[in-house]
Amino acid sequence: MAQQEIAEVPSFTVTLMIRRFDPETDSEPKWVDYDVQMHGTDRVLDALHKIKWEQDGSLTFRRSCAHGVCGSDAMRINGRNRLACKTLIKDLDISAPIYVEPIKGLTVEKDLIVDMNPFYQAFKDVNPFLISNTKPEKERLQSPEDRARFDDTTKCILCAACTSSCPVFWTDGQYFGPAAIVNAHRFIFDSRDDAAQVRLDILNDKEGVWRCRTTFNCTEACPRGIEVTKAIAEVKQAILRGRP
Amino acid sequence: MSNQNVTYHEYDVVIVGAGGAGMRAAIEAGSDTKVAVVSKLFPTRSHTGAAQGGMAAALANVEEDSWEWHTFDTVKGGDYLVDQDAAEILAKESVQAVIDLENMGLPFNRTPDGKIDQRRFGGHTRDHGKAPVRRSCYAADRTGHMILQTLYQNCVKLGIEFYNEFYVLDLAMNDGKPSAVVAYELATGDIHVFAAKSIIFATGGFGKIYKTTSNAHTLTGDGVGIIYRKGLPLEDMEFYQFHPTGLAGLGILLSEAARGEGGILRNASGERFMERYAPTIKDLAPRDMVARAMANEVREGRGAGPNKDYVYLDLTHLEPAVIDAKLPDITEFARTYLGVEPYTEMVPVFPTAHYAMGGIPTNIKAEVLSDNDTVVPGLYAAGECACVSVHGANRLGTNSLLDINVFGKRAGQYAVEYAKTAKQVPVPKNAADEVISMLEKVRKAKGKEKVAVLRRELQETMDKNAQVFRTEETLTEAYDKIQELRARYENISIQDQGKRFNTDLLEAVELGFLLDLAEVTVITCRERRESRGAHLREDFPNRDDKKFMVHSMAYLKDKAQKETGSNIAIGWKPVVVTNYQPMERKY
Repeated sequence: MAQQEIAEVPSFTVTLMIRRFDPETDSEPKWVDYDVQMHGTDRVLDALHKIKWEQDGSLTFRRSCAHGVCGSDAMRINGRNRLACKTLIKDLDISAPIYVEPIKGLTVEKDLIVDMNPFYQAFKDVNPFLISNTKPEKERLQSPEDRARFDDTTKCILCAACTSSCPVFWTDGQYFGPAAIVNAHRFIFDSRDDAAQVRLDILNDKEGVWRCRTTFNCTEACPRGIEVTKAIAEVKQAILRGRP
Repeated sequence: MSNQNVTYHEYDVVIVGAGGAGMRAAIEAGSDTKVAVVSKLFPTRSHTGAAQGGMAAALANVEEDSWEWHTFDTVKGGDYLVDQDAAEILAKESVQAVIDLENMGLPFNRTPDGKIDQRRFGGHTRDHGKAPVRRSCYAADRTGHMILQTLYQNCVKLGIEFYNEFYVLDLAMNDGKPSAVVAYELATGDIHVFAAKSIIFATGGFGKIYKTTSNAHTLTGDGVGIIYRKGLPLEDMEFYQFHPTGLAGLGILLSEAARGEGGILRNASGERFMERYAPTIKDLAPRDMVARAMANEVREGRGAGPNKDYVYLDLTHLEPAVIDAKLPDITEFARTYLGVEPYTEMVPVFPTAHYAMGGIPTNIKAEVLSDNDTVVPGLYAAGECACVSVHGANRLGTNSLLDINVFGKRAGQYAVEYAKTAKQVPVPKNAADEVISMLEKVRKAKGKEKVAVLRRELQETMDKNAQVFRTEETLTEAYDKIQELRARYENISIQDQGKRFNTDLLEAVELGFLLDLAEVTVITCRERRESRGAHLREDFPNRDDKKFMVHSMAYLKDKAQKETGSNIAIGWKPVVVTNYQPMERKY
């Protein structure tokens, strides 16, 4: 059984350029640089913590689970939307500063924290819950094939990495955005659900799926590997077909 | 008091915490009651979402099973410290709990004939220990994620009111009865008082007392700490579970499902060492036994890696298709964080602080107790923060997702029932004062100590002295260190003086709760002079049913107690035994 021994973890100094904004003192955001000593296994979140805990306690960001499942710490890192806790520093170019800024298209509240409420509202607007006309005695049956149809879109953690990477959303905050469509998809293609048509009608709106320009930013941004653009395309096809 | 904004709210039921237990309670309390959920996080950020492997229920969809076998496994898994009446309820109500979730829309994995699929998990057996049984209902290795999402979706459906990013920091009591909770709003720095007839605590665990943990940064035990500061007891705090398979050095959880699907633990020489520790069910022994075996392998020099400080989880013999279908997330963690490819390489693992078996004592109606059996009217607790006790000295995997659903639902039901006839306990005029002055004190402190340094030292002493192996000596060392840290905590300062999103301030407040809970943990560990379940005293290596077949009840006192050498008084509470007399625990 071949097993490569894991060598000593290298450490290095890296510069983070962080977009800072304090609404109580600043009129506009500014870039601030911090040098930190990090290890090969550290994530960008570890660097942010190190800065907060050792250099500047006022640096503010959301985080919780620290391993990519709670969706708290989506941010723009070197121009790409990612979760800070899933981005290893060694995988970035550490010869240059690492740029960290809030996700785009939502109002910045403080430093890396944005107002997520418009994003959550779009989620709520697609009826993101099972609607069934039957009340079974036991579990509903569902074949593994039917279950597989919407598996990909069940992975969503509502981090907003996709929606805030979408150029349409940046210019038009009314657009439902990829995450809301992903969550609609999750129910539209669930064989147990009876309200696909309601959701298809909602997304046939002028701020619905037709605004998607298929740039694939959302698919690239998704930290859960959801094929977001494909899900949006499937919803478009379902609208044209008139059924899931 | 300072120029602090205080807003008052009134509800029938207020639920603190929006994880699985809190939202399951909210759904039950639901439509015809005025309910609010107050949570330090947006609901889907709660740590229920990090649970992976499954939820136990004797559905018998894939092989013969019964709730009675499940009860027995739970009692034996908990090393006979489980209250057996509560375990019976857990096992009996598990089937309906799973059906409820399926009916709400949870996308369980399915059998070829369309039923909910089930798989093996540690300590769950057929016919009282004869062989592993397929009892865990699951959705790939993201069952907790799907439970959290499904519960939140149904809260949206029901129009449940949420106050997100509100940190509850105090419980306002009036003449021994709860009247309100006091919360700090992260976005504004304002204080809110939520008056309610029934109050449910569903605040989760406190794994951040340890350094190596699967727990989220936010799991600082605020809820459990609040109850303790009110002089109410905490039960069985010495029983803390270390999950065997944390990613080495990081503590990130790799589900027991990996072993349920056939994964094997190996030491540096490739030996399947669990054969020596649990000859019948080997790698699927309960977590306490596996974690101890792993730590023992390392201690006796059979660990792997440059520092010989971990063992391996071997999945290389599993088909990649099986790994992709059933363990996609955890194998991704190994790739992302350690650069290890589980198809072809073994994954470095070591035990990680995972779950508090102890917590706020409750009865089977989820009512909080103020001593061994007196109910605090209108106060409820459910989920990891509570101790009912269905997990005893060691929780079985998949029983916590079950616990939050069964006792979350019960908390919701009984809280509503109580609120229907109860009168609102008058909220004391100065209800918010304590929180306001605590926050002001932290904000204005001009000391030299840094919160992050104290927290790190606390976590390090807990890892070193109160982890898998414990002795009088290590526990005393930890206790002394905690006293030193307490003194230094009085001398902290914070940098952020703002009102908006002041996480610097809250981290300092959270450290206060961590210090309290670490201290209770260490003292109860010291007082339990036996080894049982997750609590291994090397100076008292045997289980002592004569003296210690009892739950510990820890109370905060104003002055030092002679027996414990601390401000903590310890009482003992009998275990409820119905059908199963304690036996030697072999697997």
